[in-house]
Amino acid sequence: MVPTDTISAPQLYLQSLSRWSATEIAFWLATLLPFFLFPNYLSLASQIAITALFALSLDLILGYAGVVSLGHAAFFGIGAYAAGLFSKFVWGEPISGLLVAALLAGLAGYATSFIICRFRHLTLIMLTLGLGLLAFEVANSAHWLTGGSDGLQGVRIWPLFGIFKFDLYGYTAYSYSLAVLFLFFLGMRRLVHSPFGLALRGIRENLVRMPAIGAASRAHIRKAYTIAAAVAGIAGALLTQTTESAALESISFQRSADVLVMLVLGGAGRLYGGLIGAIIFMIARDQFSGIAPQYWYFWIGILLIVVVMLLPNGILGGLSKIFARWSRK
Amino acid sequence: MTEIVLSTRRLDKNFGSLVVARNIELNLPKGARYALIGPNGAGKTTLINLMTGMLKPNAGQIFLGGEDVTALEPQERVRRGLARTFQINTLFPGLNALEAVTLAVCERRNIAGEFWRNVAVHREAIEEAHDILAKLRLGDSCYQITRELPYGRQRLLEIALALATKPKVLLLDEPAAGVPQEESGEVFEAVASLSDDLTLLFIEHDMHVVFRFASHIIVLVSGAIFTEGSPAAIAADPGVREVYLGKRKHG
Amino acid sequence: MLPPVFGVLFDGIAYGMLLFVLSVGLSVTLGLMNFVNLAHCAFAMLGGYLTATLVNDFNWSFFATLPLAFIAAATASIAFERVFYRRLYRAGDLDQVLLTIGIAFVSVAIAAYLFGTAQQPIQTPPLLRGAIDFLGLSLGKYRLFLIAIALVVTILLVVGIEYTRFGAQVRAAVDNQRMAGGLGINVERTFAVTFALGSGLAGLGGALAIEIVGLDPNFSFIYLVYVLIIVSVGGLGSIAGSLAAAILIGVSDIAGKYYFPELGAFLIYLVMVVILMWRPSGLFGRR
Repeated sequence: MVPTDTISAPQLYLQSLSRWSATEIAFWLATLLPFFLFPNYLSLASQIAITALFALSLDLILGYAGVVSLGHAAFFGIGAYAAGLFSKFVWGEPISGLLVAALLAGLAGYATSFIICRFRHLTLIMLTLGLGLLAFEVANSAHWLTGGSDGLQGVRIWPLFGIFKFDLYGYTAYSYSLAVLFLFFLGMRRLVHSPFGLALRGIRENLVRMPAIGAASRAHIRKAYTIAAAVAGIAGALLTQTTESAALESISFQRSADVLVMLVLGGAGRLYGGLIGAIIFMIARDQFSGIAPQYWYFWIGILLIVVVMLLPNGILGGLSKIFARWSRK
Repeated sequence: MTEIVLSTRRLDKNFGSLVVARNIELNLPKGARYALIGPNGAGKTTLINLMTGMLKPNAGQIFLGGEDVTALEPQERVRRGLARTFQINTLFPGLNALEAVTLAVCERRNIAGEFWRNVAVHREAIEEAHDILAKLRLGDSCYQITRELPYGRQRLLEIALALATKPKVLLLDEPAAGVPQEESGEVFEAVASLSDDLTLLFIEHDMHVVFRFASHIIVLVSGAIFTEGSPAAIAADPGVREVYLGKRKHG
Repeated sequence: MLPPVFGVLFDGIAYGMLLFVLSVGLSVTLGLMNFVNLAHCAFAMLGGYLTATLVNDFNWSFFATLPLAFIAAATASIAFERVFYRRLYRAGDLDQVLLTIGIAFVSVAIAAYLFGTAQQPIQTPPLLRGAIDFLGLSLGKYRLFLIAIALVVTILLVVGIEYTRFGAQVRAAVDNQRMAGGLGINVERTFAVTFALGSGLAGLGGALAIEIVGLDPNFSFIYLVYVLIIVSVGGLGSIAGSLAAAILIGVSDIAGKYYFPELGAFLIYLVMVVILMWRPSGLFGRR
């Protein structure tokens, strides 16, 4: 922190942008409510936290840097399988499993970022889609390693810190997922208010201008893509560890599309958009789990059409607009 | 003899059969105030794109402070002191002026890759950005989001972004484009008040402005340098009158 | 006697021709408006279900349903263009992707509701059943029919684009939209008509596809991937490019499934990624 007596007005202004608001604190306090109010739904809450972390990682590249990806599940899946295989062949300690998953997903992200950073528009969409589908096909055909469509068997996770067992009720699972989510949220929040976060917003707002102010945009995009991949990998690893299984679904196009829907529904480029989107999406899916999946996607489709046509900045964008109008009165 | 800070050697560029730059030889001495004029489609913006690296020439070289920069990427040239502005606003619509200029300052200071600290801790960078904005009389609107700034202020922000790179040479592509004539003087006053060490080349259509602010004029016609000289010499040149001034008076 | 590789090649080409009919419309509309229409195959599916219903439930002749599949998909696309697409021409590609994915999701759900999730059976007309023996190769009659249709479509498209006034407008608009607008060409109307024709062709493709690849509600997404691959590999707005890419992808896919069945669709995805990295605007792209 900078001492306030030597601070200048513009500096103070920039600092104020990253100040914690009461709503934010209330939001995070509310994430503890499931422990008391819905103790039977802690497994679902854990899945929501994991999905929210995944959406947060997509928000970094899509919401902040403006890089559209239709294949982000590739990194989630790499993390999921990495954590599963690590527990199977090395040991079941969860934190080291997370780190290994982050490392592998980050490496995959770093490698592909050299392709990603060179393209935009349709070519970029097609490349992310193509690379995502390739990752799926690799996981599918490497049956000897991943178990293919049967899923990865034999994942055993040791108790967290050697003390907390992953119980049936999801008490440990939710505590663990929520703690990891909160930790990475703090990191991401720091990042978007950093000089690098500013550079990413610059890339999103005007890619042409960036070189004219001396910015190496491609290096920025590569870095953001690598970070996003590593965080997505951690989300995938959390899913594997808390459910003690890894399935092909974790690396599928469906998952890439779902996370995109959540992020856009909540509002991209505002950190909380992905979290809100994940909460709404996952709770709705749980409530409608009785209906066949194809009808579930009917409502998702309708929702997408409505969001694009009427709510271009997602739920949070719409809310902040209403709030701005209301506070001006 | 003054030091030459930016020069081109036999620069050629064509798109298929369309020649847009032909054998361009330019020499910009330090502290110069050069104007680049010519009829529409003469290749003025193309020349700026070539010099800044946004286009690659088919042949020829570009030297910045004696160094051959022909093969360098645009951002590398900016880092060596060659900045530009755009004829059509090329700003960051969703950032406010302070954020945009701070970003440019951070890029120059090599701290834009720093993701673990709040931007607000970089006091010097922020104050430098604010000083640039204040100098261009944008200080009071620096918290306003760019897309909501009045057009004339957006034109000034174009210049502010370029200045944040601490250029040695600044190429201004019609800095007052689209600004009403009575206000365009304001933009050029801001340009004229820049440091004497800064070398300037600007494209401008309004001949009053050109004669008032330029120390030297280059006339570009069909991608080639038609002639160059002092404002008085250009004003008296009957050839220039024919290809450029004459046509514009009738048009 | 010809070795079996020619049989694989023949099947691949026939399959490629089918993919061409499915994808050429998207290629032209993308080249024209840069509109990323991920609901393209939903229009194809509409044509497919119409044909299946008319043949199975109303005893129509398969041939008679083909023009209807075209017209139905074209008409539906006009409605969608009016209500949704038109408003997003100037929006970012993310908005276009999201809207059209939404439409594709809805189409899948509606198809599942109306027709169930099972594959639609279809009775091939007797004329197209069986195969012709050619130098020891057995060439399926239906596949020969497909190749013939695709050739007719190609010829009509090339003639239409190269030699008619409307075609000249389309070409001008693909090359340079602003210039075309300046020349008095109504770019939006040109697009609407092209969009309808392209979706109509997709509808025809959907009807023709039932016999080869089957028809179920997931058609919208499974073939969307193929269509996008062809469009991006062939280059936007290029008919020749789409044809070449469709044959390339068709042959790679069939050959891959024949010789390396364990690889699945790996091969065509790899072909796509490599080509896009090598030539980002496609094999025949001009931009």
